[in-house]
Amino acid sequence: MAAPLTLLLIVAVTIRAVLFRSSLAELISARVEVVSPLNAWKRVVEGLALLDLGVSPYSGDVFHETPLMIYLFHFTVDYAEIVFIVSAYFVDCLSCFLKPLDRAKMAINSNYLKSDLLFNFPGCCELISWFITIIVCLCFCKFHFLCTCKYTDVRLCHQIADGITALALYLSIQTYNKDVFRKQKYALESDRYSADCLELLRSPKEMFYIPLKVAMFYLLNPFTILSCVAKSTCGLNNAIIALFIFCTLKGSALLSGILLALATYQSIYPLTLFAPALLFFLQRLYIPVNLRRSSFWFFTLQYAFMYVGSLVVITGLSFFLLGSWDFIPSVYGFIFSVPDLTPNIGLFWYFFAEMFEHFRLFFSCVFQINVFFYTIPLSIKLKEHPVFLIFMQIAIISIFKSYPTVGDVALYMAFLPAWSHLYRFLRNIFLVSCVLLACSALFPVLWHLWIYAGSANSNFYYAITLLFNFGQILLVADYFYAYLRREHHLTHGLYLKKKDGTEATLVLK
Amino acid sequence: DSDPVGFDSLDLNERRGRSTDAELDRRDGTRTSEALTPAAAARDEFQEELVIRPLHSGDIYASFQFRTLWDTDFLQEGQKVSHYRLFPKSLGQVLSKFSVRELHISFTQGFWRTMQWGQPFIPSPPGAELWVWFHDTVSDVDGNWKELTNVLSGIFCASLNFIDLTNTVQPSASFKPLGLGNATDHRFLRYATLPREIVCTENLTPWKKLLPCGSKAGLAVLLKSEKLFHSSFHSQAVHIRPVCQDEQCTSKAWELRQTLNVVFDLYTAGQGKKEWSLFKMFSRTLTEACPLATSSKVYVDITDNPELFELSPATPLLSQAVVLGDRRTYSVFDLTRAETFGQLRSLNLLLRWKGDGEMLRPLLHAERYVAGFGLQTGEIHTVIYNNHPYRAFPVLLMDSVPWYLQLYIHTLTVTSKSRDNKPSYIHYQPAKDRHRPHLLEMLIQLPPHSMTEVTVQFERALLKWTEYTPDPNHGFYVGSSVVSALVPSMVAMNTNFTQDQPLFSSFVPVKEESSYFVRVYTEPLLVNLPTPDFSMPYNVICLTCTVVAVGYGSFYNLLTRTFQVDEPSLPLAKRLANLIRRIRGVPLLT
Repeated sequence: MAAPLTLLLIVAVTIRAVLFRSSLAELISARVEVVSPLNAWKRVVEGLALLDLGVSPYSGDVFHETPLMIYLFHFTVDYAEIVFIVSAYFVDCLSCFLKPLDRAKMAINSNYLKSDLLFNFPGCCELISWFITIIVCLCFCKFHFLCTCKYTDVRLCHQIADGITALALYLSIQTYNKDVFRKQKYALESDRYSADCLELLRSPKEMFYIPLKVAMFYLLNPFTILSCVAKSTCGLNNAIIALFIFCTLKGSALLSGILLALATYQSIYPLTLFAPALLFFLQRLYIPVNLRRSSFWFFTLQYAFMYVGSLVVITGLSFFLLGSWDFIPSVYGFIFSVPDLTPNIGLFWYFFAEMFEHFRLFFSCVFQINVFFYTIPLSIKLKEHPVFLIFMQIAIISIFKSYPTVGDVALYMAFLPAWSHLYRFLRNIFLVSCVLLACSALFPVLWHLWIYAGSANSNFYYAITLLFNFGQILLVADYFYAYLRREHHLTHGLYLKKKDGTEATLVLK
Repeated sequence: DSDPVGFDSLDLNERRGRSTDAELDRRDGTRTSEALTPAAAARDEFQEELVIRPLHSGDIYASFQFRTLWDTDFLQEGQKVSHYRLFPKSLGQVLSKFSVRELHISFTQGFWRTMQWGQPFIPSPPGAELWVWFHDTVSDVDGNWKELTNVLSGIFCASLNFIDLTNTVQPSASFKPLGLGNATDHRFLRYATLPREIVCTENLTPWKKLLPCGSKAGLAVLLKSEKLFHSSFHSQAVHIRPVCQDEQCTSKAWELRQTLNVVFDLYTAGQGKKEWSLFKMFSRTLTEACPLATSSKVYVDITDNPELFELSPATPLLSQAVVLGDRRTYSVFDLTRAETFGQLRSLNLLLRWKGDGEMLRPLLHAERYVAGFGLQTGEIHTVIYNNHPYRAFPVLLMDSVPWYLQLYIHTLTVTSKSRDNKPSYIHYQPAKDRHRPHLLEMLIQLPPHSMTEVTVQFERALLKWTEYTPDPNHGFYVGSSVVSALVPSMVAMNTNFTQDQPLFSSFVPVKEESSYFVRVYTEPLLVNLPTPDFSMPYNVICLTCTVVAVGYGSFYNLLTRTFQVDEPSLPLAKRLANLIRRIRGVPLLT
């Protein structure tokens, strides 16, 4: 599997490198679908320029990244060469240790399930070895294309982020598939599945290429490519979320808590991923979700402590870096109150541009609660399927968040191959794909007509964003339906009969 | 016919007597101020002046200045000034209530074309401009500023009440106090412009009412709105500042300068004949000075080759003044002297041009425009020209851009002679949405004989539908940028402070002989923003909520319901039959 994945990485990196060097890069980085006020690279550069001028980046309303992000970029841009040399050196050193690491991994794998939950070593090993692969690819790219732009190394940063996301997703889905297969085996052995649902069962053969497909869906998705070429920091947020999923699936609660805190710190909304992660750990440790059990509360508090603790540490760190709390209103206040109505692919901008002043607060509360609200019922309904719950949550966030971009859409779309076994139950996948494709094509067209040609008005673009979101909602709801239906069939049999023996149709009641 | 003459001469005599009194007072001013109580010692005087300058383009520039000097201090602790003579009470009360140290307000219709007309005596940007230095004892500057703008809005019948925090800035270097005291703490300075403000009669009338003689006598009789607003450029201003009472500067006096500048385009109106007179310009002639004025003079600039035009009536009085780095010669008509009016008892200056003057090149000149297309982004270009053949000098450029144009300071470029010209000082305050505009100030060194281009990119915001002006597709105005500079002077500037200096040459204090202060305003910008459809708030709210409800509904459906085999309900006949069967105790139909 390593060879195709490496090939995929090289192809993805090459596509991005070519696009970076073409004149399209500038065009793409100005597209409102690709960058939002929260993650536009232009605004990061503006923040860096303000830092250089000695003005707090948060004193204005252009920069809305978190302090850690700006200092990361400040460091990367200023010490680009050092970073590069160090990472190259890092590669050299690590490749020497690669063999012993592998051996250690084998040793630990033997008592895999008993290994420490907090520091899951094999996961880290795997990730590090893949990290090396990415850096090698990038070195190849760096020397191959000889980019000489000032922000070349920032491009590297974005490419690395995409690579890491794809890898983390790849490894997560691999782990998940193993898990699924194991559970399916147990279920079959304990005769929990009905007899006629054999064709619903998943075989290792069809599951073999799913992780690769997931990585491919992420890396070669035009949305991801656009987002990366626009140098949107959305790619970095995606990487954090993907790493969080990876660490969760690998069973490392501490790393998972830290990464979830980091993701929350970056954009608030991943807060809702706390529930699926907790459910996953509980399931993994065979702790039943029972409010009267002390073991449940013990672990929940333990995980919540890790999460909140790291959130406090990260926020405190930003305070000490910046010396003020200015970033709280400027980042989180900006996300919640939606003052910037620049068009994007979401539902907020036109709604709040046209809103009556005295209803503004009410509707911004309703729309923000809407994002978080689904967590509770979904967690109850899907408490046995935390990974699917993660997918649902990410999808809901990317549809209903205040400043969505195509990069967010790409992240949940990467999961679709993992649910390829649901294909037979999807009801309107054809319609939805057509809608999404048509909308993606129409976004730039109607934007041009409105902003440049002046022959259309804002309603045209708004109509397309509505349709795009409608399509996304249908897609997610469809997958949710299919998932529930498959679960139903697994327990009740695939070919249901009515009482009179004729073929029955299944309805929601 | 003899009666007015007699009255006139009497009036003149009386006025002479008063002016000599004033001179006597001034001579032993220290003694009188010691002897008398402060209220009684508060002397005031009024001067009026009109400068007429034929411009190279063939237009006529007329500049009125009315100065009221009052030897008192409003802001002094424990002193309540209630007796007003020449100084307008409405302004005096405002000054003391809001602890204003210095106040400059101007209303301008039209744009001063520096390239064709040279430098004006007192520059002003199109629309309304207001800048105020507050006394450093003021604790709530923003509150005072808010109230002051509302009060001034009432006094001048202007929309100054639209000045709020979103268009007020605190420039750090461009607007230093012009009067006494070198306050440098720009926390007490507020500056705002309203480039959209239209200036018309309703602003002129309250302005004229501030004059001691109103528009009844003196130079102010010329200020008839039907002529003043039929011009290429009209600007009226009020400047209040503390100045020295005498050369030793032992005590403070308040100076109120009311200026009115107007440029008439008589060249095209007069079928290309370069010929003008006071009557043609103002449809009035002068018959007397304001009886309350200590001096009342008309200056006509005759520097540009006296052979080129012919001035009548001729006057033997000539005066030389160094103004704006240039030594100019003026014919002076002293309205306090009866012989000025001649036999007709009226003064109608008449001037005929004989030839064409050459174009002038002002040493400092600036212009500005918006580049780019579409409604997403754009670029502001400010071009500053230094036409001095061999001297480089620094200029301060100040830009105040509304928040809805999001400036990207990292795209700021300054190029002179196609080379990067890094500003030696940049003060940038980024905007806060709906709270504060951008403020960009920088010090740029202009190489000799060069063109310096300053560009900065911006992004246009989509506003809430209620935030647009009634005519949103007209565009939004961005105030002029301000270029302030000490321009090297061709002739030695006069640094001595004397009372006898003509008013137009004594407005800006001259600190050194080798340079003079110039402020150039660029054009205001008109920028289009993307607009939502104003007609469909209901539709948008409904449609968006529908999509959200589709999401909510489909999830709700899946979350709350379970899969069940669809058992079609029995037809009505069978159900009825079953009812009967149940009563009979027979097995039911299915």
